[in-house]
Amino acid sequence: MISKTSRIILNVYVAAFLIYLLAPLIIMGGAAFNDSRFPSVYPWVGWTDRWFLDLFRDTRMWNAFKNTILVALAVVAISVPIGTAAAILVNSLQGRVRTVLYGMMVAPILTPGAVIGISTLLFWHHFSVPSGLHLSTLGQCSYISAFVMLLVLARLQSFDRGLEEAALDLGASYSQVLRRILLPHLYPAIGAGAAIAFFQSIENFNTTLFTRGPYDTLTVYVFSRVRSGITPTINALALIMIAVTLLAAISYEIYRRRREKVLLAHGNGDPDSD
Amino acid sequence: MKELLRRYGLTLTISFIVIVAFWLLVLVILPYVYLFEASFRLYLPIDQVNGPNDVYTLSNYSTFFVTPIHRWVFLLTIVYSSAVAAISFVVAYPLAYYLSKVATNKIVPTLFLIIMIPLWVSEILRSFAWFIILSLKGPLNFALVGLGIIEEPIRWISGFQSVIIGLVYTYVLFMLFPLYNAIQSLDTNQIEAAGDLGAPWWKIHWRVILPHAKPGIASGSVMVFMLSAGSILVPSLLGSTNSRWFTEIIQQWMFESQDWNTGSAYAFLLLLLCTGFVSLVMRLFRVSLSDIAR
Repeated sequence: MISKTSRIILNVYVAAFLIYLLAPLIIMGGAAFNDSRFPSVYPWVGWTDRWFLDLFRDTRMWNAFKNTILVALAVVAISVPIGTAAAILVNSLQGRVRTVLYGMMVAPILTPGAVIGISTLLFWHHFSVPSGLHLSTLGQCSYISAFVMLLVLARLQSFDRGLEEAALDLGASYSQVLRRILLPHLYPAIGAGAAIAFFQSIENFNTTLFTRGPYDTLTVYVFSRVRSGITPTINALALIMIAVTLLAAISYEIYRRRREKVLLAHGNGDPDSD
Repeated sequence: MKELLRRYGLTLTISFIVIVAFWLLVLVILPYVYLFEASFRLYLPIDQVNGPNDVYTLSNYSTFFVTPIHRWVFLLTIVYSSAVAAISFVVAYPLAYYLSKVATNKIVPTLFLIIMIPLWVSEILRSFAWFIILSLKGPLNFALVGLGIIEEPIRWISGFQSVIIGLVYTYVLFMLFPLYNAIQSLDTNQIEAAGDLGAPWWKIHWRVILPHAKPGIASGSVMVFMLSAGSILVPSLLGSTNSRWFTEIIQQWMFESQDWNTGSAYAFLLLLLCTGFVSLVMRLFRVSLSDIAR
Protein backbone atom coordinates (compact mmCIF):
# COMPACT_ATOMS: atom_id res chain seq x y z
CA MET A 1 0.00 0.00 0.00
CA ILE A 2 2.92 2.29 0.64
CA SER A 3 6.20 2.15 -1.24
CA LYS A 4 9.46 1.29 0.43
CA THR A 5 11.10 4.66 -0.16
CA SER A 6 8.23 6.63 1.26
CA ARG A 7 8.15 4.32 4.26
CA ILE A 8 11.82 5.06 4.89
CA ILE A 9 11.29 8.80 4.47
CA LEU A 10 8.36 8.66 6.91
CA ASN A 11 10.40 6.70 9.43
CA VAL A 12 13.22 9.21 9.26
CA TYR A 13 10.70 12.03 9.66
CA VAL A 14 9.14 10.41 12.72
CA ALA A 15 12.56 9.87 14.29
CA ALA A 16 13.46 13.51 13.60
CA PHE A 17 10.19 14.64 15.14
CA LEU A 18 10.78 12.61 18.29
CA ILE A 19 14.26 14.11 18.61
CA TYR A 20 12.76 17.55 18.10
CA LEU A 21 10.26 16.89 20.88
CA LEU A 22 12.69 15.46 23.38
CA ALA A 23 16.05 17.15 22.75
CA PRO A 24 15.02 20.49 24.32
CA LEU A 25 13.90 18.68 27.46
CA ILE A 26 17.14 16.69 27.64
CA ILE A 27 19.23 19.84 27.15
CA MET A 28 17.24 21.62 29.83
CA GLY A 29 17.60 18.69 32.25
CA GLY A 30 21.28 18.22 31.52
CA ALA A 31 22.03 21.87 32.20
CA ALA A 32 20.96 21.28 35.81
CA PHE A 33 24.21 19.38 36.39
CA ASN A 34 26.53 21.73 34.54
CA ASP A 35 28.70 23.91 36.76
CA SER A 36 28.20 27.09 34.75
CA ARG A 37 26.33 30.23 35.69
CA PHE A 38 24.38 30.23 32.47
CA PRO A 39 22.16 27.17 32.03
CA SER A 40 23.58 25.25 29.08
CA VAL A 41 24.98 21.81 28.36
CA TYR A 42 27.59 22.98 25.91
CA PRO A 43 30.35 23.84 26.70
CA TRP A 44 30.39 21.43 29.63
CA VAL A 45 32.19 23.03 32.56
CA GLY A 46 31.93 20.32 35.15
CA TRP A 47 29.56 18.14 37.10
CA THR A 48 27.82 19.76 40.06
CA ASP A 49 24.88 19.28 42.35
CA ARG A 50 24.90 22.81 43.70
CA TRP A 51 21.88 23.94 41.68
CA PHE A 52 19.81 21.28 43.41
CA LEU A 53 21.12 22.37 46.81
CA ASP A 54 20.33 26.00 45.93
CA LEU A 55 16.85 24.96 44.96
CA PHE A 56 16.17 23.09 48.20
CA ARG A 57 17.34 26.06 50.22
CA ASP A 58 14.96 28.41 48.42
CA THR A 59 12.05 28.99 50.78
CA ARG A 60 10.11 30.90 48.14
CA MET A 61 10.16 27.79 45.94
CA TRP A 62 8.82 25.60 48.75
CA ASN A 63 6.08 28.09 49.42
CA ALA A 64 5.14 28.17 45.74
CA PHE A 65 5.23 24.38 45.66
CA LYS A 66 2.84 24.15 48.62
CA ASN A 67 0.47 26.68 47.00
CA THR A 68 0.52 24.80 43.70
CA ILE A 69 -0.42 21.50 45.32
CA LEU A 70 -3.16 23.11 47.41
CA VAL A 71 -4.70 24.81 44.37
CA ALA A 72 -4.44 21.63 42.31
CA LEU A 73 -6.21 19.57 45.00
CA ALA A 74 -8.93 22.19 45.33
CA VAL A 75 -9.40 22.25 41.56
CA VAL A 76 -9.77 18.47 41.49
CA ALA A 77 -12.25 18.58 44.37
CA ILE A 78 -14.40 21.19 42.60
CA SER A 79 -14.08 20.37 38.92
CA VAL A 80 -14.59 16.60 39.12
CA PRO A 81 -18.11 16.79 40.64
CA ILE A 82 -19.01 19.66 38.30
CA GLY A 83 -17.75 17.86 35.22
CA THR A 84 -19.48 14.62 36.16
CA ALA A 85 -22.81 16.27 36.93
CA ALA A 86 -22.57 18.28 33.71
CA ALA A 87 -21.91 15.15 31.64
CA ILE A 88 -24.87 13.31 33.17
CA LEU A 89 -27.09 16.33 32.58
CA VAL A 90 -26.03 16.87 28.96
CA ASN A 91 -26.31 13.18 28.22
CA SER A 92 -29.97 13.14 29.25
CA LEU A 93 -30.87 16.06 27.00
CA GLN A 94 -31.63 16.11 23.31
CA GLY A 95 -31.95 18.59 20.50
CA ARG A 96 -31.43 22.30 20.75
CA VAL A 97 -31.15 22.55 24.53
CA ARG A 98 -28.35 20.02 24.44
CA THR A 99 -26.47 21.89 21.70
CA VAL A 100 -26.72 25.21 23.52
CA LEU A 101 -25.75 23.79 26.90
CA TYR A 102 -22.90 21.82 25.38
CA GLY A 103 -21.66 24.95 23.61
CA MET A 104 -21.68 26.90 26.85
CA MET A 105 -19.77 24.14 28.58
CA VAL A 106 -16.97 23.83 26.03
CA ALA A 107 -16.68 27.60 25.49
CA PRO A 108 -14.20 28.04 28.39
CA ILE A 109 -11.81 25.60 26.68
CA LEU A 110 -11.78 27.84 23.63
CA THR A 111 -11.26 31.00 25.68
CA PRO A 112 -7.76 32.38 26.29
CA GLY A 113 -6.62 31.88 29.88
CA ALA A 114 -5.93 35.59 30.26
CA VAL A 115 -9.57 36.39 29.52
CA ILE A 116 -10.76 33.83 32.06
CA GLY A 117 -8.35 35.24 34.63
CA ILE A 118 -9.32 38.87 34.12
CA SER A 119 -13.05 38.18 34.07
CA THR A 120 -12.83 36.10 37.24
CA LEU A 121 -10.85 38.87 38.90
CA LEU A 122 -13.38 41.55 37.92
CA PHE A 123 -16.41 39.49 38.87
CA TRP A 124 -15.24 38.77 42.40
CA HIS A 125 -13.79 42.23 42.80
CA HIS A 126 -17.34 43.48 42.34
CA PHE A 127 -18.29 41.59 45.50
CA SER A 128 -15.18 42.89 47.27
CA VAL A 129 -13.47 39.52 47.19
CA PRO A 130 -9.73 40.24 46.98
CA SER A 131 -7.54 38.38 44.51
CA GLY A 132 -5.67 35.35 45.74
CA LEU A 133 -5.32 31.63 45.26
CA HIS A 134 -9.04 31.05 45.87
CA LEU A 135 -9.77 33.06 42.73
CA SER A 136 -7.08 31.17 40.83
CA THR A 137 -8.83 27.97 41.86
CA LEU A 138 -12.22 29.18 40.65
CA GLY A 139 -10.79 30.53 37.41
CA GLN A 140 -9.05 27.27 36.66
CA CYS A 141 -12.18 25.27 37.52
CA SER A 142 -14.19 27.18 34.94
CA TYR A 143 -12.36 25.50 32.07
CA ILE A 144 -10.92 22.37 33.71
CA SER A 145 -14.47 21.24 34.54
CA ALA A 146 -15.06 21.15 30.80
CA PHE A 147 -12.23 18.64 30.33
CA VAL A 148 -13.73 16.39 32.99
CA MET A 149 -17.16 16.79 31.38
CA LEU A 150 -15.85 15.70 27.98
CA LEU A 151 -14.11 12.63 29.42
CA VAL A 152 -17.13 11.52 31.44
CA LEU A 153 -19.48 12.21 28.55
CA ALA A 154 -17.39 9.95 26.29
CA ARG A 155 -17.55 7.20 28.88
CA LEU A 156 -21.33 7.60 29.24
CA GLN A 157 -21.76 6.61 25.59
CA SER A 158 -20.81 3.04 26.46
CA PHE A 159 -23.18 2.88 29.43
CA ASP A 160 -26.06 0.44 29.25
CA ARG A 161 -29.08 2.38 30.52
CA GLY A 162 -30.94 -0.88 30.95
CA LEU A 163 -28.89 -1.53 34.07
CA GLU A 164 -30.39 1.51 35.76
CA GLU A 165 -33.89 0.45 34.73
CA ALA A 166 -33.27 -3.01 36.12
CA ALA A 167 -31.98 -1.67 39.41
CA LEU A 168 -34.97 0.67 39.75
CA ASP A 169 -37.40 -2.16 38.93
CA LEU A 170 -35.75 -4.32 41.56
CA GLY A 171 -36.41 -1.63 44.16
CA ALA A 172 -33.12 0.26 44.35
CA SER A 173 -33.34 3.83 45.60
CA TYR A 174 -32.27 6.70 43.35
CA SER A 175 -29.06 7.31 45.23
CA GLN A 176 -28.28 3.58 45.08
CA VAL A 177 -28.65 3.66 41.32
CA LEU A 178 -26.20 6.53 41.18
CA ARG A 179 -23.69 5.09 43.61
CA ARG A 180 -23.87 1.43 42.70
CA ILE A 181 -24.65 1.42 38.99
CA LEU A 182 -23.72 4.66 37.24
CA LEU A 183 -20.70 5.93 39.17
CA PRO A 184 -18.79 2.61 39.13
CA HIS A 185 -19.12 2.58 35.36
CA LEU A 186 -17.79 6.14 35.21
CA TYR A 187 -14.87 5.67 37.63
CA PRO A 188 -12.19 5.21 34.94
CA ALA A 189 -13.26 8.46 33.27
CA ILE A 190 -13.58 10.23 36.62
CA GLY A 191 -10.10 9.04 37.59
CA ALA A 192 -8.63 10.20 34.29
CA GLY A 193 -10.50 13.50 34.71
CA ALA A 194 -9.06 13.97 38.19
CA ALA A 195 -5.53 13.31 36.89
CA ILE A 196 -5.97 15.74 34.02
CA ALA A 197 -7.48 18.35 36.31
CA PHE A 198 -4.54 18.00 38.68
CA PHE A 199 -1.91 18.38 35.97
CA GLN A 200 -3.77 21.15 34.16
CA SER A 201 -3.93 23.07 37.39
CA ILE A 202 -0.21 22.64 38.10
CA GLU A 203 0.60 23.78 34.58
CA ASN A 204 -1.72 26.74 34.54
CA PHE A 205 -0.13 30.12 34.20
CA ASN A 206 -2.36 32.51 32.27
CA THR A 207 -5.41 32.35 34.52
CA THR A 208 -3.31 32.24 37.68
CA LEU A 209 -1.23 35.27 36.71
CA PHE A 210 -4.21 37.61 36.83
CA THR A 211 -5.99 36.16 39.84
CA ARG A 212 -3.19 35.14 42.20
CA GLY A 213 -2.82 38.43 44.05
CA PRO A 214 0.44 38.38 46.04
CA TYR A 215 0.77 34.59 46.10
CA ASP A 216 3.15 32.43 44.09
CA THR A 217 2.53 29.18 42.35
CA LEU A 218 5.32 27.13 40.80
CA THR A 219 4.73 28.41 37.27
CA VAL A 220 4.64 32.02 38.48
CA TYR A 221 7.77 31.38 40.53
CA VAL A 222 9.63 29.95 37.54
CA PHE A 223 8.43 32.83 35.38
CA SER A 224 9.69 35.51 37.75
CA ARG A 225 12.99 33.65 38.24
CA VAL A 226 13.55 33.41 34.50
CA ARG A 227 12.90 37.11 34.09
CA SER A 228 15.12 38.23 36.96
CA GLY A 229 18.45 36.71 35.99
CA ILE A 230 18.33 33.01 35.36
CA THR A 231 20.47 30.44 37.11
CA PRO A 232 20.41 26.67 36.57
CA THR A 233 18.30 26.20 39.72
CA ILE A 234 15.32 26.48 37.37
CA ASN A 235 16.79 23.59 35.39
CA ALA A 236 17.10 21.56 38.56
CA LEU A 237 13.44 22.21 39.29
CA ALA A 238 12.53 21.40 35.69
CA LEU A 239 14.41 18.11 35.84
CA ILE A 240 12.63 17.10 39.04
CA MET A 241 9.22 18.00 37.59
CA ILE A 242 9.93 16.10 34.37
CA ALA A 243 11.14 13.07 36.33
CA VAL A 244 8.05 13.02 38.53
CA THR A 245 5.60 13.39 35.65
CA LEU A 246 7.48 10.78 33.61
CA LEU A 247 7.33 8.31 36.48
CA ALA A 248 3.60 8.96 36.83
CA ALA A 249 3.01 8.57 33.10
CA ILE A 250 5.06 5.37 32.83
CA SER A 251 3.49 3.72 35.84
CA TYR A 252 0.07 4.58 34.49
CA GLU A 253 1.02 3.02 31.16
CA ILE A 254 2.32 -0.14 32.84
CA TYR A 255 -0.86 -0.36 34.87
CA ARG A 256 -2.95 0.12 31.73
CA ARG A 257 -1.11 -2.59 29.80
CA ARG A 258 -1.30 -5.03 32.67
CA ARG A 259 -5.02 -4.39 32.95
CA GLU A 260 -5.43 -4.96 29.24
CA LYS A 261 -3.66 -8.29 29.57
CA VAL A 262 -5.81 -9.31 32.51
CA LEU A 263 -8.94 -8.39 30.59
CA LEU A 264 -7.66 -10.34 27.60
CA ALA A 265 -6.92 -13.38 29.75
CA HIS A 266 -10.33 -13.30 31.43
CA GLY A 267 -12.21 -12.58 28.26
CA ASN A 268 -12.25 -14.85 25.26
CA GLY A 269 -8.88 -13.68 23.98
CA ASP A 270 -7.10 -16.46 22.09
CA PRO A 271 -4.42 -18.22 24.13
CA ASP A 272 -1.76 -17.69 21.47
CA SER A 273 -1.62 -13.94 21.93
CA ASP A 274 1.00 -12.65 24.32
CA MET B 1 -35.08 16.23 31.76
CA LYS B 2 -37.99 13.85 32.40
CA GLU B 3 -35.53 11.06 31.79
CA LEU B 4 -33.25 12.41 34.50
CA LEU B 5 -36.14 12.64 37.00
CA ARG B 6 -37.23 9.11 36.28
CA ARG B 7 -33.76 7.68 36.81
CA TYR B 8 -32.34 9.68 39.68
CA GLY B 9 -35.36 11.22 41.41
CA LEU B 10 -36.02 14.82 42.34
CA THR B 11 -33.23 15.44 44.86
CA LEU B 12 -30.41 14.19 42.66
CA THR B 13 -31.78 15.91 39.56
CA ILE B 14 -31.94 19.20 41.41
CA SER B 15 -28.41 18.77 42.73
CA PHE B 16 -27.12 18.08 39.21
CA ILE B 17 -28.81 21.20 37.94
CA VAL B 18 -27.60 23.32 40.84
CA ILE B 19 -24.00 22.17 40.39
CA VAL B 20 -24.05 22.81 36.65
CA ALA B 21 -25.79 26.16 37.12
CA PHE B 22 -23.10 27.17 39.61
CA TRP B 23 -20.43 26.31 37.07
CA LEU B 24 -22.00 27.98 34.07
CA LEU B 25 -23.35 31.04 35.84
CA VAL B 26 -20.89 31.85 38.60
CA LEU B 27 -17.69 30.59 36.98
CA VAL B 28 -18.35 31.22 33.29
CA ILE B 29 -21.17 33.50 32.20
CA LEU B 30 -21.37 36.13 34.94
CA PRO B 31 -17.60 36.79 34.93
CA TYR B 32 -17.85 37.39 31.17
CA VAL B 33 -20.79 39.74 31.73
CA TYR B 34 -18.81 41.70 34.31
CA LEU B 35 -15.80 41.81 32.00
CA PHE B 36 -18.03 43.19 29.29
CA GLU B 37 -19.61 45.72 31.61
CA ALA B 38 -16.30 46.89 33.09
CA SER B 39 -14.87 47.42 29.62
CA PHE B 40 -17.38 50.25 29.06
CA ARG B 41 -16.60 52.07 32.27
CA LEU B 42 -13.84 54.51 33.04
CA TYR B 43 -10.89 53.87 35.25
CA LEU B 44 -11.54 56.28 38.12
CA PRO B 45 -10.05 57.02 41.53
CA ILE B 46 -11.88 54.98 44.16
CA ASP B 47 -13.87 57.95 45.55
CA GLN B 48 -15.35 58.70 42.14
CA VAL B 49 -16.64 55.17 41.49
CA ASN B 50 -20.45 55.27 41.21
CA GLY B 51 -20.20 59.07 41.18
CA PRO B 52 -21.33 61.40 38.37
CA ASN B 53 -18.20 60.68 36.33
CA ASP B 54 -18.83 56.91 36.38
CA VAL B 55 -20.65 56.65 33.07
CA TYR B 56 -20.76 54.10 30.29
CA THR B 57 -18.45 55.09 27.46
CA LEU B 58 -16.68 53.63 24.47
CA SER B 59 -13.46 55.39 25.35
CA ASN B 60 -11.61 52.21 26.37
CA TYR B 61 -12.26 50.76 22.93
CA SER B 62 -11.43 53.99 21.15
CA THR B 63 -8.07 53.94 22.97
CA PHE B 64 -7.39 50.77 21.03
CA PHE B 65 -8.46 52.22 17.72
CA VAL B 66 -6.52 55.49 18.06
CA THR B 67 -3.29 53.82 19.20
CA PRO B 68 -1.60 52.62 16.00
CA ILE B 69 0.92 50.45 17.83
CA HIS B 70 -1.87 48.52 19.61
CA ARG B 71 -3.75 47.94 16.36
CA TRP B 72 -0.51 46.84 14.73
CA VAL B 73 0.34 44.41 17.55
CA PHE B 74 -3.21 43.03 17.40
CA LEU B 75 -2.85 42.44 13.67
CA LEU B 76 0.58 40.85 14.05
CA THR B 77 -0.75 38.56 16.76
CA ILE B 78 -3.46 37.37 14.35
CA VAL B 79 -1.03 36.91 11.47
CA TYR B 80 1.61 35.07 13.48
CA SER B 81 -0.89 32.90 15.37
CA SER B 82 -2.34 31.82 12.03
CA ALA B 83 1.18 31.12 10.81
CA VAL B 84 1.84 29.00 13.89
CA ALA B 85 -1.35 27.03 13.21
CA ALA B 86 -0.36 26.50 9.58
CA ILE B 87 3.21 25.44 10.42
CA SER B 88 1.90 23.07 13.10
CA PHE B 89 -0.38 21.48 10.54
CA VAL B 90 2.46 20.95 8.07
CA VAL B 91 4.68 19.48 10.77
CA ALA B 92 2.00 17.29 12.36
CA TYR B 93 0.27 15.93 9.27
CA PRO B 94 2.92 13.38 8.16
CA LEU B 95 3.22 12.18 11.73
CA ALA B 96 -0.54 11.84 12.17
CA TYR B 97 -0.68 9.89 8.92
CA TYR B 98 2.19 7.67 10.02
CA LEU B 99 0.66 6.95 13.41
CA SER B 100 -2.78 6.14 12.08
CA LYS B 101 -2.08 4.35 8.80
CA VAL B 102 1.57 3.24 8.53
CA ALA B 103 2.87 2.29 11.98
CA THR B 104 2.17 -1.20 13.22
CA ASN B 105 -0.29 -1.58 16.07
CA LYS B 106 2.45 -2.76 18.39
CA ILE B 107 4.55 0.36 18.22
CA VAL B 108 1.79 2.98 18.33
CA PRO B 109 1.17 3.00 22.12
CA THR B 110 4.90 3.35 22.79
CA LEU B 111 5.21 6.16 20.25
CA PHE B 112 2.28 7.91 21.85
CA LEU B 113 3.84 7.57 25.26
CA ILE B 114 7.00 9.27 23.97
CA ILE B 115 5.08 11.97 22.14
CA MET B 116 3.00 12.71 25.23
CA ILE B 117 6.07 13.46 27.36
CA PRO B 118 6.39 17.16 26.45
CA LEU B 119 2.68 17.55 27.06
CA TRP B 120 3.18 16.55 30.68
CA VAL B 121 5.95 19.11 31.04
CA SER B 122 4.50 22.52 31.74
CA GLU B 123 4.40 25.20 29.09
CA ILE B 124 6.78 27.45 30.96
CA LEU B 125 9.48 24.81 31.11
CA ARG B 126 9.07 24.04 27.43
CA SER B 127 9.55 27.67 26.49
CA PHE B 128 12.39 27.94 28.98
CA ALA B 129 14.09 25.01 27.23
CA TRP B 130 13.99 26.93 23.96
CA PHE B 131 15.16 30.06 25.73
CA ILE B 132 18.32 28.16 26.65
CA ILE B 133 18.76 26.61 23.23
CA LEU B 134 18.29 29.83 21.30
CA SER B 135 20.19 32.19 23.58
CA LEU B 136 23.29 33.89 22.23
CA LYS B 137 25.63 31.75 24.34
CA GLY B 138 23.36 28.73 24.07
CA PRO B 139 24.09 25.23 22.79
CA LEU B 140 22.69 25.85 19.31
CA ASN B 141 25.09 28.69 18.56
CA PHE B 142 28.01 26.81 20.12
CA ALA B 143 27.24 23.74 18.06
CA LEU B 144 26.80 25.67 14.81
CA VAL B 145 29.99 27.66 15.33
CA GLY B 146 31.83 24.54 16.44
CA LEU B 147 30.75 22.67 13.33
CA GLY B 148 31.87 25.59 11.22
CA ILE B 149 28.42 26.19 9.77
CA ILE B 150 28.33 29.77 10.95
CA GLU B 151 31.18 32.06 11.94
CA GLU B 152 29.49 34.35 14.43
CA PRO B 153 26.79 33.37 16.94
CA ILE B 154 23.35 34.29 15.63
CA ARG B 155 20.97 36.33 17.73
CA TRP B 156 18.04 33.92 17.47
CA ILE B 157 15.92 35.65 20.06
CA SER B 158 15.00 38.71 18.06
CA GLY B 159 11.86 39.57 16.15
CA PHE B 160 9.13 36.99 15.88
CA GLN B 161 11.18 34.01 14.72
CA SER B 162 11.95 32.75 18.22
CA VAL B 163 8.35 33.33 19.32
CA ILE B 164 7.12 31.24 16.39
CA ILE B 165 9.65 28.49 17.07
CA GLY B 166 8.56 28.38 20.69
CA LEU B 167 4.84 28.46 19.93
CA VAL B 168 5.07 25.68 17.35
CA TYR B 169 7.02 23.51 19.74
CA THR B 170 4.62 24.19 22.60
CA TYR B 171 1.36 23.67 20.69
CA VAL B 172 2.10 21.29 17.79
CA LEU B 173 0.68 18.36 19.77
CA PHE B 174 -2.69 20.08 19.95
CA MET B 175 -2.69 19.78 16.17
CA LEU B 176 -1.37 16.23 16.11
CA PHE B 177 -3.99 14.54 18.28
CA PRO B 178 -7.14 15.78 16.52
CA LEU B 179 -5.51 15.07 13.15
CA TYR B 180 -4.63 11.56 14.28
CA ASN B 181 -8.18 10.93 15.49
CA ALA B 182 -9.61 12.14 12.19
CA ILE B 183 -7.30 10.13 9.93
CA GLN B 184 -7.65 7.11 12.20
CA SER B 185 -11.37 6.95 11.49
CA LEU B 186 -10.79 6.75 7.72
CA ASP B 187 -11.26 3.26 6.33
CA THR B 188 -7.85 2.10 5.08
CA ASN B 189 -9.62 0.32 2.20
CA GLN B 190 -10.47 3.71 0.74
CA ILE B 191 -6.79 4.63 0.56
CA GLU B 192 -5.95 1.27 -0.99
CA ALA B 193 -8.79 1.54 -3.46
CA ALA B 194 -7.55 4.96 -4.57
CA GLY B 195 -4.06 3.52 -4.99
CA ASP B 196 -5.34 0.47 -6.91
CA LEU B 197 -7.24 2.76 -9.24
CA GLY B 198 -4.00 4.48 -10.10
CA ALA B 199 -4.08 7.65 -8.03
CA PRO B 200 -0.59 9.02 -7.31
CA TRP B 201 0.30 9.40 -3.62
CA TRP B 202 -0.20 13.15 -3.48
CA LYS B 203 -3.62 12.80 -5.02
CA ILE B 204 -4.60 10.19 -2.43
CA HIS B 205 -3.70 12.66 0.29
CA TRP B 206 -5.35 15.61 -1.46
CA ARG B 207 -8.59 13.94 -2.50
CA VAL B 208 -9.11 11.14 0.03
CA ILE B 209 -7.30 11.67 3.31
CA LEU B 210 -7.35 15.47 3.66
CA PRO B 211 -11.10 15.84 3.05
CA HIS B 212 -11.72 13.15 5.62
CA ALA B 213 -9.39 14.84 8.09
CA LYS B 214 -11.29 18.14 7.91
CA PRO B 215 -12.77 18.02 11.42
CA GLY B 216 -9.32 17.25 12.78
CA ILE B 217 -7.74 20.14 10.89
CA ALA B 218 -10.47 22.48 12.11
CA SER B 219 -10.14 21.35 15.70
CA GLY B 220 -6.34 21.52 15.65
CA SER B 221 -6.25 24.95 14.01
CA VAL B 222 -8.71 26.39 16.51
CA MET B 223 -6.78 25.05 19.48
CA VAL B 224 -3.37 26.12 18.19
CA PHE B 225 -4.57 29.56 17.13
CA MET B 226 -6.39 30.21 20.39
CA LEU B 227 -3.50 29.01 22.55
CA SER B 228 -0.96 30.99 20.50
CA ALA B 229 -2.94 34.22 20.45
CA GLY B 230 -3.58 33.90 24.18
CA SER B 231 -0.09 32.82 25.10
CA ILE B 232 1.73 34.95 27.64
CA LEU B 233 4.71 32.79 28.51
CA VAL B 234 6.20 32.14 25.08
CA PRO B 235 6.14 35.76 23.84
CA SER B 236 7.53 37.12 27.07
CA LEU B 237 10.30 34.52 27.36
CA LEU B 238 11.25 34.20 23.71
CA GLY B 239 10.19 37.61 22.46
CA SER B 240 12.25 40.75 22.34
CA THR B 241 11.48 44.45 22.26
CA ASN B 242 10.62 44.29 18.57
CA SER B 243 8.12 41.45 18.93
CA ARG B 244 5.23 42.50 21.11
CA TRP B 245 2.24 40.21 21.57
CA PHE B 246 -1.30 41.38 22.27
CA THR B 247 -1.41 39.62 25.64
CA GLU B 248 1.59 41.68 26.71
CA ILE B 249 -0.38 44.87 26.12
CA ILE B 250 -3.25 43.47 28.19
CA GLN B 251 -0.78 42.72 30.95
CA GLN B 252 0.54 46.27 30.77
CA TRP B 253 -2.94 47.70 31.34
CA MET B 254 -3.66 45.30 34.16
CA PHE B 255 -0.39 45.44 36.09
CA GLU B 256 1.62 48.50 35.09
CA SER B 257 -1.18 51.03 34.54
CA GLN B 258 -3.50 49.23 37.00
CA ASP B 259 -6.27 50.25 34.61
CA TRP B 260 -8.52 47.21 34.80
CA ASN B 261 -11.21 48.81 32.68
CA THR B 262 -9.09 49.35 29.60
CA GLY B 263 -7.49 45.99 30.36
CA SER B 264 -10.88 44.31 30.23
CA ALA B 265 -11.73 46.08 26.97
CA TYR B 266 -8.55 44.67 25.46
CA ALA B 267 -9.24 41.24 26.96
CA PHE B 268 -12.70 41.40 25.42
CA LEU B 269 -11.15 42.16 22.03
CA LEU B 270 -8.97 39.06 22.42
CA LEU B 271 -12.06 37.04 23.29
CA LEU B 272 -13.86 38.43 20.24
CA LEU B 273 -10.89 37.50 18.08
CA CYS B 274 -10.88 33.91 19.29
CA THR B 275 -14.65 33.55 19.01
CA GLY B 276 -14.43 35.01 15.51
CA PHE B 277 -11.73 32.57 14.56
CA VAL B 278 -13.69 29.60 15.90
CA SER B 279 -16.83 30.55 13.96
CA LEU B 280 -14.81 31.27 10.81
CA VAL B 281 -13.17 27.85 10.95
CA MET B 282 -16.49 26.15 11.72
CA ARG B 283 -18.03 27.79 8.66
CA LEU B 284 -15.01 27.22 6.43
CA PHE B 285 -14.70 23.54 7.28
CA ARG B 286 -18.44 23.00 7.78
CA VAL B 287 -18.00 21.34 11.17
CA SER B 288 -19.93 21.73 14.43
CA LEU B 289 -18.68 22.70 17.87
CA SER B 290 -18.83 19.11 19.08
CA ASP B 291 -16.38 18.17 16.32
CA ILE B 292 -13.95 20.83 17.48
CA ALA B 293 -13.99 20.32 21.23
CA ARG B 294 -13.22 16.70 21.76
